[in-house]
Amino acid sequence: MTVQPAPPHYELSHLRSLEAEAIHIIREVAAEFERPVLLFSGGKDSIVMLHLALKAFQPARLPFPVMHVDTGHNFDEVIATRDHLVAETGIRLVVASVQDDIDAGRVVENGRSRNPLQTVTLLRAIRQNKFDAAFGGARRDEEKARAKERVFSFRDEFGQWEPKAQRPELWNLYNGRHRKGEHIRVFPLSNWTEYDIWSYVGAEDIGLPAIYYAHRRQVFERDAMLLAVHRFMQPRPGEKVFETSVRFRTVGDVTCTGCVESTAATVSEIIAETAVSRLTERGATRADDRISEAGMEDRKREGYF
Amino acid sequence: MTSLLRIATAGSVDDGKSTLIGRLLYDSKAVMEDQLAAVERTSKERGHDYTDLALVTDGLRSEREQGITIDVAYRYFATPRRKFIIADTPGHVQYTRNMVTGTSTAQLAIVLVDARHGLLEQSRRHAFLASLLGVQHIVLAVNKMDLIDWDHARFEKIRDEFHTFAARLDVHDVTTIPMSALHGDNVVTKSDKAPWYEGPALLRHLEEVYIAGDRNLVDVRFPVQYVIRPQTREHQDHRSYAGTVASGVMRRSDEVIVLPGGKTSRITKIEGPNGPVAEAFPPMAVSVSLADDIDISRGDLIARINNQPRVTQEFDATVCWMADDSALEPGRDYIIKQTTKTARARVTALDYRLDVNTLHRDKTATALKLNELGRITLRTQVPLMVDEYTRNASTGSFILIDPDTNGTVAAGMVLRDMSERAAAARASSPNAVEHRSLVTAQDRLSRGCTVWFTGLSGSGKSSVAMLAERKLLEMGRPAYVLDGDNLRHGLNADLGFSMADRAENLRRLAHIAALLADSGQIVLVPAISPLAEHRALARRLHEDAGLPFYEVFCDTPIADCEKRDPKGLYARARAGLIKDFTGIDSPHEPPRNPDLRLTHDRTPEELTEQIILLVGARR
Repeated sequence: MTVQPAPPHYELSHLRSLEAEAIHIIREVAAEFERPVLLFSGGKDSIVMLHLALKAFQPARLPFPVMHVDTGHNFDEVIATRDHLVAETGIRLVVASVQDDIDAGRVVENGRSRNPLQTVTLLRAIRQNKFDAAFGGARRDEEKARAKERVFSFRDEFGQWEPKAQRPELWNLYNGRHRKGEHIRVFPLSNWTEYDIWSYVGAEDIGLPAIYYAHRRQVFERDAMLLAVHRFMQPRPGEKVFETSVRFRTVGDVTCTGCVESTAATVSEIIAETAVSRLTERGATRADDRISEAGMEDRKREGYF
Repeated sequence: MTSLLRIATAGSVDDGKSTLIGRLLYDSKAVMEDQLAAVERTSKERGHDYTDLALVTDGLRSEREQGITIDVAYRYFATPRRKFIIADTPGHVQYTRNMVTGTSTAQLAIVLVDARHGLLEQSRRHAFLASLLGVQHIVLAVNKMDLIDWDHARFEKIRDEFHTFAARLDVHDVTTIPMSALHGDNVVTKSDKAPWYEGPALLRHLEEVYIAGDRNLVDVRFPVQYVIRPQTREHQDHRSYAGTVASGVMRRSDEVIVLPGGKTSRITKIEGPNGPVAEAFPPMAVSVSLADDIDISRGDLIARINNQPRVTQEFDATVCWMADDSALEPGRDYIIKQTTKTARARVTALDYRLDVNTLHRDKTATALKLNELGRITLRTQVPLMVDEYTRNASTGSFILIDPDTNGTVAAGMVLRDMSERAAAARASSPNAVEHRSLVTAQDRLSRGCTVWFTGLSGSGKSSVAMLAERKLLEMGRPAYVLDGDNLRHGLNADLGFSMADRAENLRRLAHIAALLADSGQIVLVPAISPLAEHRALARRLHEDAGLPFYEVFCDTPIADCEKRDPKGLYARARAGLIKDFTGIDSPHEPPRNPDLRLTHDRTPEELTEQIILLVGARR
């Protein structure tokens, strides 16, 4: 590999500054915690986070496992990407299944999305595996409640977040001290925006699930959102199905992730579209965030991602 | 290439801070339609006449209910030239903790002023905290100009008052912008409401302010964060040290020392996130390979052999106490985290508590409570590698953690190592004993003294000093011009132009002048020396040594100085290229009772003659 010369004036671009910050955070956790885990949804943020984590320890392997909290209601393309990544990088994958908690009676399906049920599964898996740090791909630009989340976010023994009792976070000195049973959520992408993520995906040529790019699909409209017709997601009577060109801006559980009409089929087309979009990605496509103004804050307190 | 600028704001609801940020986000299109719809809905529910952009930034439910911002919130927006991260904090004194936190990563601080009320305690506090945290650039946003009908004189009065205050702080770049965040004047787009304002709108300034020079690219400091040992067949013998470059530029083949152990080696390879690199600089995250097999672990620090940090178990620091339910008390043990090092630490002394509003030092303080600042002495269980915070924020910063609660209880900034300087300058070290000379000043061939010229740049100090020097030498008297500017090329090359460094420059100048005068020279010192206290120090030093000291005031009006402008400095200062320029944006305290006042209605020859008479050379 050729040796790269330093840029003039020794300045990093904003994207490389964010990259450096994320790698610093990831290394800090690997050095200070006994059992970290990287939470992996198969969405673009967690794929970027994994990409950064792999870089942080080159040429060594990832020194911690990756965990997928699986609602069972997945897009096939997402699972394909996940399994391909595991095979290619040799990372250790832990799957925590929401179905297991439903079968054991720890949670009850209310007929709506399984998304809220993930919290129970996530906390159980963290406890059972004795994980003391869990990397999440959340970004502060996603949602109001996240704007105040720390990079190192302390969770008590019940996995709860207390926004008023957050530790001050100064310079790049992160305090990860905790007692047994407590854990820290770590957000290396805190300072990234959706636009940064896409720019980085483009710059690094990172493979994402195909559904992020425009494709033709059977959809229907509900609550002013476009939802995909899927084996886990059927239209109700009166909801008209039609086919159009769409892409997904976020990828979560099939039952709560909407898509947007788009013809952007490449990273650069998506970047162009993101730059002019006038809707937040969650506002456009996440039914779970629309419940109330404080929807995310409530779920975060309970221990959600 | 788009660069990154981290900004800190502080202020209360009344300043219109949230409105300002809302305006920046909205006008730069970082606020999306769904967010705006929510804001419009809430504005209507509350019965506001206009869309309250402040609501864009209100995050947590309790804040929305109370209508205040209680924590540090981070906001993001971008233009094609820069990406911006705003750390947004409340401004009241009970949120000093939050301000310190938000400012710790900032390169620029926006200090907000309500044009109707002028500079309040709060604005001064924000500026002080920003300078304390090492922020080099301040924007004074004079908001709500619409409510005072864009009154130019009032704006200038606020600006001048702030500059006078800022001159006491370690801030190099102050930009003042009149604006109305509510109506969007001079925030993103330049307003036509104030034709007298020739500067840029806020966003333009944020896009253009030069920050690359703020970084320390001189002192190589690489705290080892993580040791990479793959233990795979392919990379069996690989061993590299991962970390983030704190300062300096590291290069392949550099000879380095690993501290605190002290072993030396050579860099053989630097690996960046995208492969090998020739050089690494802050804030790059890299891994470094060395030529020799040395035992290195997390917490060690790699530096250049001839440029090392202080390796010490004891140092002084300014701390901000951040714990709600406990106080800092001397004698207590904490955990310190500094770079990648974690150790036990004991507070061995509390020197004083600093009032963040008056800057008064309370020496009688016995504890520091929440939001209080003070100077302490820390002793650590193992040696730490530290630098003075003002020189190196990465190796000069630390946090203290309470071992019982695991909470972060203090933020600290390492202060200059007084013991070293004091030993050299004030003989305060018990090991530096003064040797008395066998002769006194009276025994020498000639009697020395010091003539200290104070006055604005271009007031004629150097010209008169030079003429006097030549005249005295012609008369057979030993004379020497000790020029402060010349000293800056060698002895004082480590000093900049902050108030602290200027004070140190003058202190050294005074000591050298006294030594030369003691050796029998007539020492002529042209030095702007704007503050009376610095000149008083020089006088005291001479009087203590029994040497005559004459204070000469070159009393040339600033208009004349500026007209002459021999070095072109006024032009550059007016253009904003030089900051803290005495007479323009930094004060000059004229001496009340100078030994001699030189006015410009005399010829240079006449002025020189006055100096000759003053020192008694012509009997």
